[in-house]
Amino acid sequence: MTANAHLEQPARAAPGTPRNGSPQQFGRQAVTAVPMLWLLVFFALPFVFVMKISLAEADIAVPPYTALLTWVDNKILSIHIDLSKYLFLFEDSLYLAAYLGSLKIAAVSTIFCLFIAFPIALFIARQKPETRIFWLALVMLPFWTSMLLRVYAWIGILQSNGIINSVLLELGLIHEPLALLQTDFAVYLGIIYSYLPFMVLPLYATLEKLDETLIEASADLGARPTTSFLTVTLPLALPGVVAGCVMVFVPAVGEFVIPALMGGPDTLMIGRVLWDEFFSNRDWPMASAVAIVMLIVLVVPVMLLRSRGRHSLGHG
Amino acid sequence: MRRQGLFVILMTFAGLVFLYAPIVTMMVLSFNSSRLVTVWGGFSLHWYRELLNNEALLDGAWLSIEIAALSATAAVVLGTLAGFVLSRFGAFRGKVAMAGMVSAPLVMPEVITGLSLLLLFVAMEELIGWPAGRGITTLVLSHATFCMAYVAIVVQSRLAQMDGVLEEAALDLGARPWRAFLDVTLPMLAPALISGWLLAFTLSFDDLVISSFVSGPGSSTLPMLIFSKVRLGVSPDVNALATIMITIVAACVFLYAWRASTRLGRRKSGAAGTQPSGA
Repeated sequence: MTANAHLEQPARAAPGTPRNGSPQQFGRQAVTAVPMLWLLVFFALPFVFVMKISLAEADIAVPPYTALLTWVDNKILSIHIDLSKYLFLFEDSLYLAAYLGSLKIAAVSTIFCLFIAFPIALFIARQKPETRIFWLALVMLPFWTSMLLRVYAWIGILQSNGIINSVLLELGLIHEPLALLQTDFAVYLGIIYSYLPFMVLPLYATLEKLDETLIEASADLGARPTTSFLTVTLPLALPGVVAGCVMVFVPAVGEFVIPALMGGPDTLMIGRVLWDEFFSNRDWPMASAVAIVMLIVLVVPVMLLRSRGRHSLGHG
Repeated sequence: MRRQGLFVILMTFAGLVFLYAPIVTMMVLSFNSSRLVTVWGGFSLHWYRELLNNEALLDGAWLSIEIAALSATAAVVLGTLAGFVLSRFGAFRGKVAMAGMVSAPLVMPEVITGLSLLLLFVAMEELIGWPAGRGITTLVLSHATFCMAYVAIVVQSRLAQMDGVLEEAALDLGARPWRAFLDVTLPMLAPALISGWLLAFTLSFDDLVISSFVSGPGSSTLPMLIFSKVRLGVSPDVNALATIMITIVAACVFLYAWRASTRLGRRKSGAAGTQPSGA
């Protein structure tokens, strides 16, 4: 049994649905209110402040931005809204290039992840139930370990005096070290490597529930393995494909660690731009504007799309 | 079990080699006495000794453990409530919003989460004076928030497997809802709560991006220290640290898998025939 689609369980009446105004009703409201309030304060409310500060001007102060509302002579409330950050986002080609670059890198990496993860998920789903969990553990183990350290592991392999280059030099295949690290190639590799478990898990969750008799039926009716894969397995696994792609694509667009450690100076990714605006330039309003545009263009549409294909991380 | 195609088998093993080659390389290099990646200078525990003498890194590790334990505990409480409310309370006002807010942190780019939480803490400090400054408090609040999403998913998936008959029985026999939750639901949820806590602990312990935004001076977590070290180039004591961390995690994961597998085997042999295949 897997944990897929549990969010869309038909709404069941709770045992002994209480009457309005009863102590039970009060208890239910209290139990609902705690996580609800927490999420409103620490998840939803912060976006209001991001929006607000994206409309402020940077200032040399603590905190480093101007107030939107100020009292002039204690009488008149004056409002300063500064849209220049947003205008600048569209004027300076750096930002547009960074957004597009992130989308491209994330999309290509997602497709690679899908191709690598699908056979693995299929392989695990076809194991006996007792051995499945070991294969799953093997694939999910990297997910439980620090992504930073896994990215770091690649540096020793890819750097100019790293393992790949020394082997190739030793074999005489190359005469000077290849530039592997600090390239776009390294960023693709890092993202595919780091996000692969996020693709395997949702795929496995749908494939595991797949009715194998349907595939046998298609084989009995004369379909070749490739045909039955394309016409039976793949369409039935589609919810897992969608969930996996979202799990990889959206965080990958905003990825910071991988481009920072493995990318070159010209690897433009928007997560890195946001980080630099914030930490290097200390331009909080600009960083906020970058975040707001990323949210509106990318995160919200994909999350709406995602509400169809639920997934779970409860296994592993 | 179905016959596996050759292509599927080859791709799976290639995928696993891809996943593990860098990790194994790093583990081997942690025992290399040479600083160079490409020169094998002989087996040595030098980098482990170096690690144990690195006060800053050890302090960071301790701080990260503290924050991860606090965040995971808070996340389990909040995530269990959220998961329970969403899967057992039927329809209520705000359910869609809550479901969205619970699952959004799973895909939200970390830079956005980090920035938005920092701006919230700055505004809160201006308005109500709490949390004063940034440090452990802000780190725990932030980590608890994104970890509770994972716990809620784990709890929901466990609740979806339990059909609620036992809870109904308890209520029919006159137990108050709170008692039924404590005596019936919670014990059955226990495995999910443990794996949720462990998941939250590792996520918090490994977090770099969100922590960098919401931490203050003097509260550098272990990943933040590693990041600033790694930015300057490869340093072999990080290999040693990674080896220790991965070994601990691997031991836990395989212990869990082994227990789950034997439980599954027992259930299957105990109730042969009644268990639907592939369940």
